[in-house]
Amino acid sequence: MKFVDEFRDPAAVKAALAQIESALTQVPASRKPLQIMEVCGGHTHAIFKFALGQLLPDDIEFVHGPGCPVCVLPRGRIDDAITLAEEHGVILCSYGDALRVPGDKGSLQDAKSRGADIRVVYSPLDALALAREYPNKQVAFFALGFETTAPATALTLKQAALDGVENFSVLCHHITIGPPLRAILDDPGIRIDGFIGPGHVSMITGEQVYDFIAEDYAKPLVIAGFEPLDLLQALAMVVKQIAAAEARVENQYRRAVTSVGNRIAQQAMGEVFMPAPESDWRGLGAIPESGLMLSEAFRPYDAEARFGIGRTSVAEPEGCGCARVLRGQLKPHQCPLFGTICKPQMPVGALMVSSEGACAAYYQYRAGV
Amino acid sequence: MCLGIPAQIQSIDDPERFNVTVAVNGVSRLANAACIWPTGDPQQLVGQWAVIHVGFALGLLSEAEAQETLAALNEIGGLEHELADLAGREPA
Repeated sequence: MKFVDEFRDPAAVKAALAQIESALTQVPASRKPLQIMEVCGGHTHAIFKFALGQLLPDDIEFVHGPGCPVCVLPRGRIDDAITLAEEHGVILCSYGDALRVPGDKGSLQDAKSRGADIRVVYSPLDALALAREYPNKQVAFFALGFETTAPATALTLKQAALDGVENFSVLCHHITIGPPLRAILDDPGIRIDGFIGPGHVSMITGEQVYDFIAEDYAKPLVIAGFEPLDLLQALAMVVKQIAAAEARVENQYRRAVTSVGNRIAQQAMGEVFMPAPESDWRGLGAIPESGLMLSEAFRPYDAEARFGIGRTSVAEPEGCGCARVLRGQLKPHQCPLFGTICKPQMPVGALMVSSEGACAAYYQYRAGV
Repeated sequence: MCLGIPAQIQSIDDPERFNVTVAVNGVSRLANAACIWPTGDPQQLVGQWAVIHVGFALGLLSEAEAQETLAALNEIGGLEHELADLAGREPA
């Protein structure tokens, strides 16, 4: 799509575009083009699908952020999950999104074809139900995602503990949204002028989790809903702040996100998890306190401890540009592997796996960017 | 797994475990409503709309907002995927 009239609310889209253009006239030429990072993979997908790059002035450049949990899943963690299923006879339950992510031992899908008992579940509750159904088997849930899915894991573990489901465990790779953004801002090779913040993560965390971006780095961040119109309205708010030399956290997605987030979800996460000393991110490397591990009280449900799995660290494949794409230093099509040996049907890098990955979105809609 | 979908709460199935039945567009499933559980009578949840993420109700919204969100999901091409997820089947 590239015509304004094709949107659900063309008048509102036109108004947002006009606001962006008007605010841009107040931005000094030396700062242009503005580099705006959309943090969320859903936003990345929407930018490509709706060809927003064609609607927007050239003075806006999107940098695709680290907010797709599948895209930042390190190869080593896939290998850990496969080890659980193949060497420990565990029924491994995973969200479908992670099934095709390649590790050194292939993907979970490959392991499934080799005979490992790997099941796709919609919810960690479905994995817990499987554990109840097969009391003589070990059932592990591959827990991944940001603060959007972490409360679901936490509440499922609380239910497992309440009901004494002892053959259930969790391979925990939950990550948190603040630390990678700080790592990106600390990287001297990356220039970001402002952020469009994720909507559904913020429903849990609230707005305060981003305060450091405005306070410590003087950059604006606006939380946005998932529609293209939400994105454009949030972008207008970001550009207006830049034009006025302001840096605040604002919320365009008030219909779903409150300033404090969901307290019950935060409490459950606080009870079940603690910050892991560091976590690996595909493309960004190890980032201190950027992930969650199970707290002492829930350590008996930790699949790593139960089966003696160590965290595997695996280098990215040679030539793979995911790391530089994630940092905004390379456009997807500039990667030497893009479209040649790395395609959505046989991805080499994680950004080609998920439809929310910048490379897959670029590949699918490349005419529109 | 990140997007979620609005669904209407049909019944309270297990108050001890915060389990409710939710439904949208003819698809229904059991969901956990711990994150939106009221301090008073849980029956007040019946008929309300909530955003469901991986089997958990994470926030309440009005019926108008729910319909608006469903239309928006449809616009971005995510509705069928989310419904399939909710139903526990592969998207068509």
